[in-house]
Amino acid sequence: MSPRVGGTGGAPKDVPELVLDRGVRAIAAAVRSGEVTALSVVEEALRRVGQQDDDLHCFNLLTPDAAREAASKVDGAVARGSDPGPLAGVPVALKDNLCTKGVATTCSSKILAGWQPPYDATVVTRLREAGAIAVGKTNLDEFAMGSSTENSAFGATHNPWDLTRVPGGSSGGTSAAVAAGLVATGLGSDTGGSIRQPASLCGVVGIKPTYGLVSRYGLIAFASSLDQIGTFAINVGDAAATLEVIAGHDAADSTSLDRPPPSLLEGLESGVEGLRVGLIGDFLGDVARSCSRAADDAGEALAKAGAKVEQVSIPEMLLGLPAYYIIAPAEASSNLARYDGVRYGLRVDGPDVETMNARTRAEGFGPEVRRRIMIGTYALSAGYYDAYYGQALKARTLVIRAFEAAYERFDVLLSPTTPSAAFKLGAKTANPIEMYLSDLCTIPSNLSGHPAVSVPFALDHEGLPVGVQVLAPALGEALMLRVAATIEAAAPPEARGPAPFTSLGTEGEVRRA
Amino acid sequence: MEGDKGDTRATSASTSAARISLDEVRHVARLARLDLTDGEIETLQGELSALLDHVDKVRLLDTADVPPTAHPLPLRNVLRDDAPRPGLERALVLAAAPAVEGDLFLVPSILGEAP
Repeated sequence: MSPRVGGTGGAPKDVPELVLDRGVRAIAAAVRSGEVTALSVVEEALRRVGQQDDDLHCFNLLTPDAAREAASKVDGAVARGSDPGPLAGVPVALKDNLCTKGVATTCSSKILAGWQPPYDATVVTRLREAGAIAVGKTNLDEFAMGSSTENSAFGATHNPWDLTRVPGGSSGGTSAAVAAGLVATGLGSDTGGSIRQPASLCGVVGIKPTYGLVSRYGLIAFASSLDQIGTFAINVGDAAATLEVIAGHDAADSTSLDRPPPSLLEGLESGVEGLRVGLIGDFLGDVARSCSRAADDAGEALAKAGAKVEQVSIPEMLLGLPAYYIIAPAEASSNLARYDGVRYGLRVDGPDVETMNARTRAEGFGPEVRRRIMIGTYALSAGYYDAYYGQALKARTLVIRAFEAAYERFDVLLSPTTPSAAFKLGAKTANPIEMYLSDLCTIPSNLSGHPAVSVPFALDHEGLPVGVQVLAPALGEALMLRVAATIEAAAPPEARGPAPFTSLGTEGEVRRA
Repeated sequence: MEGDKGDTRATSASTSAARISLDEVRHVARLARLDLTDGEIETLQGELSALLDHVDKVRLLDTADVPPTAHPLPLRNVLRDDAPRPGLERALVLAAAPAVEGDLFLVPSILGEAP
């Protein structure tokens, strides 16, 4: 593999910039204007995947034929003068917990290996109708449970900034694919931070929208009151452009908000003059210096840009993690009860149906999934329901009230996204709780249903990306993204993706381009 | 032996290992329809106990006047018109099943032998 020099361009310095590296909106404009064919952009994406994915393992499954066919349809529309859609020709990656009709959807679990859904997720349909081209299904922690993608039954994904490190999780495959420049954008899901945390670890933008903004129909459920689908891209505007396409009410999802979605791109560049920003100080004790410093520096950048930035203490934020690790497993234990070997997926035979269920599930689920099902079942079981689940729901109320009080004083909040930069593969697998701590800063906004975004802002002392998190009240995406765009403009270019190309030397050592 | 259900601190060196008994772990595994080995049960006892330690502050919160929040949106009874609509394509659904007989999902026996 030939090394290529990275930085914000992504393309080799001695070759004219490839359309794929221009980002979502510019690719769509180039395809819509006829400057390039969708097919040529998709071929470049597929070429890069072929070149890099053996090392990265972003994808569980590639769909090159369908991608080429979809690209040809887009090119046909352009040739005929009909509207090919706002995301025409944009190569996109789909997290493998999103149902794609007739295309294997596994949740990176043995229990669904090879399963082909009989329907498309609403977000998949919306992307297709917008002219975007799905290139494949990306790797994740099994059933979205994890913070490193190491819980995948099909092997971990590697961080393109350093192949010996994790990309984060659970949406690690999508994050890495976007960070490596394989695709222009991608979808993930975020239940406790599973978009924002990998975005931070991979130097890309990751948005978790307001709960209910994006339909969950076809998202294989982990925790139904927490799950949200969101977007990844190299920059805020492109992540927002993709989010705009998938957002909006869906009759097939009774938890989707039945009101017009906010415009996300309007006013993106309007700046932050006079905005009140609260810098959350409560994570300081548990977060690496590089991460807390990035948040401080982002605050300073906002202040320089005219915002009123103040420290704020919201101690209830620290209730988030323990409450989440009761609520999410409890909901998961219910949602994953359907994997019983009866109607789809793996079946391990038994003399009676209950034995068949139990053997199927024990063999089909990995250790983290089993752990969470067990803790969730326990928390909901007779004698413990009130003490654990009941209490956790009350803790959730306290977190929500604390956010509401904060949003009386501030327009947006700012914090580190993650407690650390990307850690080495295997570093946190011995102790599950250590892994759970990765979600410290991201969990509270899942409990509240508020939107949040991670923006790459700095490199740590080892040259690894560190993101900062902007949080906003429900349906405050426009304001949140405006603040994020301002932070992004102040970030040094080397801190943002695409990742500098890395490749393992013949002796297995990591060689940076 | 490990403590009985409810007896949490008597027998182990660390409080972690005693928060949930092996019998409780087996009971929960049955509820969760997970056929776990003895080794897995023991490992889970340690892991679940550690997690229960970690979430204990939630259990101990004073929440006398705090209502629970199960869901971020104030949804009630989201209904649609009572009009028939096409469902999933049956052939596709049955094609994904491990075992099928006609239009039915085939499973091993549900009921045991009559007494």
